[in-house]
Amino acid sequence: MSSAITAPPPAGLKKRRVLPGLGLSLGYSITVLTLLLFIPLAACFAKAATLTPSQFWAAAWSERAQSAYFVTFFCSLIAAIIDSIIGVILAWVLVRYQFFGKRFIDSLIDLPFALPTAVAGLVYANMYAEHGWFGKWLVPWGIHVAFTKLGIILVLVFVGLPFVVRTVQPLLETLDDDLEDAAELLGATRWQTLSMVIFPAIQPALLTGFALTFARAIGEFGSVIFISGNLQYKTEIAPYLIVSRLEEYAYAEATAVAVVLIVISLILLVIINGLERWNRRYD
Amino acid sequence: MSIRVEQVTKRFGAFTALDRLTVEAKGGELLALLGPSGSGKTTLLRIIAGLEHADEGVVRYEEEDVTGTHPRQRGVGFVFQHYALFRHMTVFDNIGFGMRIRKESKQVITQRVRELLHLVRLEGLENRFPAQLSGGQRQRVALARALAVQPKVLLLDEPFGALDAKVRQELRQWLRQLHDEVPITTIFVTHDQEEAFEVADRVVVMKSGRIEQVGSPQEVFDHPANPFVMDFLGHVNVFHGRVHDGKMVAGGIEFNAPENSANAPNATAYVRPHDVDLTRIPESTESIRVKILQINPAGAVARVRCYSEEFGITLQIDLSRDRYLALKPVAGEELFASPRHARIFSPKEDYSI
Repeated sequence: MSSAITAPPPAGLKKRRVLPGLGLSLGYSITVLTLLLFIPLAACFAKAATLTPSQFWAAAWSERAQSAYFVTFFCSLIAAIIDSIIGVILAWVLVRYQFFGKRFIDSLIDLPFALPTAVAGLVYANMYAEHGWFGKWLVPWGIHVAFTKLGIILVLVFVGLPFVVRTVQPLLETLDDDLEDAAELLGATRWQTLSMVIFPAIQPALLTGFALTFARAIGEFGSVIFISGNLQYKTEIAPYLIVSRLEEYAYAEATAVAVVLIVISLILLVIINGLERWNRRYD
Repeated sequence: MSIRVEQVTKRFGAFTALDRLTVEAKGGELLALLGPSGSGKTTLLRIIAGLEHADEGVVRYEEEDVTGTHPRQRGVGFVFQHYALFRHMTVFDNIGFGMRIRKESKQVITQRVRELLHLVRLEGLENRFPAQLSGGQRQRVALARALAVQPKVLLLDEPFGALDAKVRQELRQWLRQLHDEVPITTIFVTHDQEEAFEVADRVVVMKSGRIEQVGSPQEVFDHPANPFVMDFLGHVNVFHGRVHDGKMVAGGIEFNAPENSANAPNATAYVRPHDVDLTRIPESTESIRVKILQINPAGAVARVRCYSEEFGITLQIDLSRDRYLALKPVAGEELFASPRHARIFSPKEDYSI
């Protein structure tokens, strides 16, 4: 009774929201996330938890495992950096210039998404092997791509290429031409305009693209195993280590490696996300 | 510093944006380029700034030919319709941008930005980002940014076009005031005749890449050079007739037409809404019988729309409030309209609307 007196807004109006269906859509999202993400992840952690701490440590932090983490994160980072540079240039060219075949190239960018990555791995491995198209020119110079980290980076660059292009492109398209005119009229050279006006404007999108590429590269398996040769302590990546543990029927040990991979990836993605937020502080 | 544009032509494909146009802004003057969209006024402004290249013709700052000079070297302050602020920079950094490019010292920049913030009345907002400002505030930041590099010329492209009516009104008065304090040669583009008249020392009326008339707001308003200018500067009532012996005859009414010496079989009289009086009994033989259609008394003047059967046209009449209260017309009533003043154009001077 008393609440009816103390609560002045009419009951019918009180719960109305601008967008209807929040309850339903939120419930739906949580259900889907739970089924697709949380439960499998929890299962992974649960399996790893069957190991004693010392067993876990031995499986997850062996020298071979450490080397595999290093190869994975190092190659992924370099690939993401390279993709960021290439991606921005590609996006710039696609947005700013008109040329014959532009639309064809634009649709070609997405190809790495569609192509089975194993195909890319095989093609690259063949091309850069000692007698391959590129390999026969590079190997005599001492540049070995197949079965080296260079090869891993190369396929990861291929696999992650679309991300940066597709995140930066829409931002460049909506970038006001007046901004460049304004900078120029204030005395900025072309280079100053680029570095002080355009680059900061696309930076948040670039960081998103970088994070996506990086994450994609960490998880990449199919293409890498063909070009890397999977040499322990050299070119073996963490996902491959997991698979070889599975082949030994050491399931818990495999999940131990997976858990480390998940935790490191999560920390990195949280950091990148934080950077992104900070980058968009002016919105 | 004066600015002279001589015989400038600019084409975009088959479209001629500017057609051998010559215009001058005197040193320290506030000049308005007024015209409908597509009249070439923005193109002209961008050519003066160097953002666009003229196909033919010369742009001079004072006596210096700057036609081929890069916009960077022109020393122009430019304000865009949609502000063009750098959104990742604070107000302070936006205003200081030009000075940082010029490698001024920190103290100089801080000092000058402070002064400018005071000038544009935005003290205390230096750490805000553009997204946190209102439209009017953003445009003032844009103006401060343009003034920061001490330009020789200030160019404004529809600076108040994106703002709402009240803010626009305030900023107009403020711009005029600012120009009186900092008398730098200023050219601004607008399609709003009220804005042009209120702010500018002189107005250039443009149409289809040509100049229709140049003059002080008073000259242009009182003596529009042609029907286009007349029509563009506000609503007009149009009467068709002929000029004969210094009089223009349209139906049963006559207008004195001393400026039109030659007889003409076709002539048009333009009468402003405030130049028509409305009475219950005919003032003279020249009064037109009209039927009141609609009255809008809310405003500085009462706007009356009425229909003349004789001419088959709808007339717009603005009555002063006193006149309106004395007459108290009602819709449907039959009254008499008497044009007091008309501008008459015969085809010889007709530029066709």
